[in-house]
Parts: sequence; C-alpha cells; structure tokens
Amino acid sequence: MPVLEVRKLQKNFGELEVLTDIDFSLDKGETIAIIGSSGSGKTTLLRCLNFLEHPDGGSISVNGKVIFDALDPVTKTESEIRKKRLHFGLVFQNFNLFPQYTVLQNVCLASELLAKELPGYRQNKKTVLADIENAARENLNQMGLLEKLHCYPHQLSGGQQQRVAIARALALHPDILCFDEPTSALDPELTGEVLRVIRGLAEKKTTMIIVTHEMAFARDVADRVIFMDGGVIVEQGSPEQVLANPREERTRQFLSRYSNE
Amino acid sequence: MFWTVTLSLLQGMGITVKLFCLTLLFALPLGLLISFGSMSRLAALRYPIKAIIWAIRGTPLMLQLIVVYYGPGLLFGWDLLPRFMAALVAFVINYACYFSEIYRGGIESIPVGQQEAGKVLGMTKPQIFFKVTLLQVIKRIVPPMGNEIITLVKDTSLARIIGVYEIIWSGQAYTKSAGIIWPLFYTGVFYLIFNGALTILFGRIERKLSYFR
Repeated sequence: MPVLEVRKLQKNFGELEVLTDIDFSLDKGETIAIIGSSGSGKTTLLRCLNFLEHPDGGSISVNGKVIFDALDPVTKTESEIRKKRLHFGLVFQNFNLFPQYTVLQNVCLASELLAKELPGYRQNKKTVLADIENAARENLNQMGLLEKLHCYPHQLSGGQQQRVAIARALALHPDILCFDEPTSALDPELTGEVLRVIRGLAEKKTTMIIVTHEMAFARDVADRVIFMDGGVIVEQGSPEQVLANPREERTRQFLSRYSNE
Repeated sequence: MFWTVTLSLLQGMGITVKLFCLTLLFALPLGLLISFGSMSRLAALRYPIKAIIWAIRGTPLMLQLIVVYYGPGLLFGWDLLPRFMAALVAFVINYACYFSEIYRGGIESIPVGQQEAGKVLGMTKPQIFFKVTLLQVIKRIVPPMGNEIITLVKDTSLARIIGVYEIIWSGQAYTKSAGIIWPLFYTGVFYLIFNGALTILFGRIERKLSYFR
C-alpha cells in the first residue's frame, strides 16, 4: 500500500488553472524528485499537500486513509487540517526559521506545543520536555550542528540554516518529508552540504518529495522523477528513463534548456 | 516661591502622568483589537474600522476632546462626564487608532513564511501569533511606538482645553493669579525629564531585542 496517493488533484487561482488532474503515488521509503520550469505548478503541488493551499478538486490519501477530498467538506475544516498537516513535513526554499529562537529551540518548539495537548502532560512535564530536547540534540547532531545548538539563525550560514530547517521538519516524524527547492536560495558553494544531508536521508529510506532544479542530484538520489509543465504531470518514471531517455517532446525541450545553461 | 511653584507643578504633573499611564493601559490593547479589525477578511468589519481610523486621525485631538466632553450632553441631553474621564476617553480612542496602524505595519511586515512555517509544524493560529509572530512584531514596532508615546506625553497638555488640571494648567495659573510667566516655562523641564526617562527605557528595550534579526 502506498504511503501517499494523490488522485485528480486540481487547483485554480481565480480563472487560472494551476494544477490539473495530478495523479501519483509514493511508496514508503521512496524518494520522488519533481522537476519542471518555474510556473509549472510543482511548488503549488507541494503547498497543496501541506494544505498551505486548498485544492479545488481531487483527493489525497495517506496510508490508505483519505485525508482530503474536495467533495467532502468535513475534510476541509481548519482543525481537521491542522492534524492532517502533521503527516507531511515541509522544508522551505528560504528556510523560514524563527529568528528569535536558538537552533535548539527552533527544533523543539512545535514538539513542545504538541506535547501540551497530550493527556498527562502536567504530571510528566519534566520528562516529556527532556525527551524532546534529547531527541532534538540527536537530530541536530546528525545534521552536523551540535556546536550550533545555542546560536540564533542570523549567526548561521544559509547552508546551516537549511540544515536546521530540515531537523525542525524531521522532529515531528512526518510520514512524508517535502522539500521546496531546498538549495535555490543558497550560494553555490553551500548547496553541497544541504544536498549531502538529503542524500543521507534518502539512504536511510526517508519518504521524500523533492522539488528541485538540481538535475544531477535528482538523478542520483531520486527513485522516481516527475516532470511537470503547465500544471500537469507530463511524464514520470525512473531517473534514467525521464532524464536520459524522455518519451515526451516537452521533457526533452526542458532538459535541453538545462544542459545548455 | 520656587518651592511653592515646584510643588504645585508636581501636582499638575501627577495628573499628567496619570492621564498618560491610563491612556497607555487602555489604548495599547484596544489598538491591537482595532488593528485586527482593520486587517479582517470581513469587509463588513474592515471598512467601518478603517472609516473610524480615518476620522480619528483626520481631525485634531483638541477637537475630539471637546466633542467627547460636550457632545453627549448636546446630542442626548446626558450629564457631562467628569473632565478627567472625558479626556481619558478621547485620548484612548485617539491613541488606539494611531497604535493600531503601527501594529498593522508591524504585523504585515513579518514575512508570510513565518506563519506558514508555524502552520506546517501543526501550530494553531493563536500559537503562531503568540509564539512566532508577536516578539518579531514587538521588535519592529519599538521605534515608532517610542515616537508615538513621547508624543502622547506632550499631547496630554491638550486636556487643559476641557479644564483638566494637568501641569500646563498649573503653570498658567500663576500667570493669571501672580502675573509671573516663568512657572509656565518651568513646566518644560518636567516634560524633558519625563521624556528623557522614556527615551532611556525605549533604548533599553531596543537593545534587549537586538539579539535576533
């Protein structure tokens, strides 16, 4: 059973149809790369999965359970959506760390707030908070940021900030981790450290969807590549197939523009 | 003579400080509510609030004091409010409108990505406001707020127009009773000291919040 199943997903901005009949599924431990030129709808697709945009049609299922159905209003209420968001993690292009919190606090904050809602929080407050902090330290250690625990975001390089953002998204143990062009806001010499971390996650079989412009990275890391253009999925398949032997003319054109640059 | 004058000016200053503190106490939270109203998605709420802000910012505070003091009596035949109370009401409404625009500017200057980051981490709207946005807003509005609050100290002198015995009134009383004008000039020293203390306080707050960007 796939972790994620997207059926007939549709999104309009006013008159403009930005996503049309998006169909794809994702297996546990699989990494999908979504490529396409800007305006092709790939970022909107990620934002729909995280409910930052509300799709106008279609359905989204996680672990076989329908979490969103455009025809069922119950799945669209704000409180329902808040819980369902937690199936997904999202790493933004420009990090969006909370500037007033240290690295460690950035990673702990959401877990602490969620823990408050659990029964028995008051009695076990100390142990619960200690567990969250230990998990965050371990998490940041794996990102190579153990020395930066008490730094504030503005004291870090872009690459370090993005690694904190990845740790923050992982802290809530999402079923599916999404990346929205995670290296596009970085200086070229800093992209390597972030890509390395993502590669490490892929090796550990983290289920991921990565919107990216790094073709070489997509080829190396992704199990499957989706090419989008004009709000539709033009082609999907293994990286060898889509990137090396594309079937569709539009894919070929897009890739040739990239190899020329 | 100097000490008598100083003492009576201090009494007037007491009223000035009381008006200042009470205005802040009510106008700061009321301004936040008004700013939420002016940013509401409901046009039926947003437009009336914007109209009120326009009217309050578009007319002199002195006129508003007179309207609050005499208006209800003239319009509905009600008893006059006590003078201090009328002044307080006018100041609170006026300053809440100015504060609301400062809050709105501060809130709208926070990148939308901060809210979105909170949302995808499963936070509720109040959690996002109090845990993520608020401190960043405060940091950004400290300088304009400092400005506005210092203006408030001086604006309290307008309450004299409806006969509130604040410090300018106390100083002017000597011009009328004893024919001397220096007590009126002397009031400036009190304003300077009070605003000096506020300037230091706001500098401290700014420095306290400079640990993040």
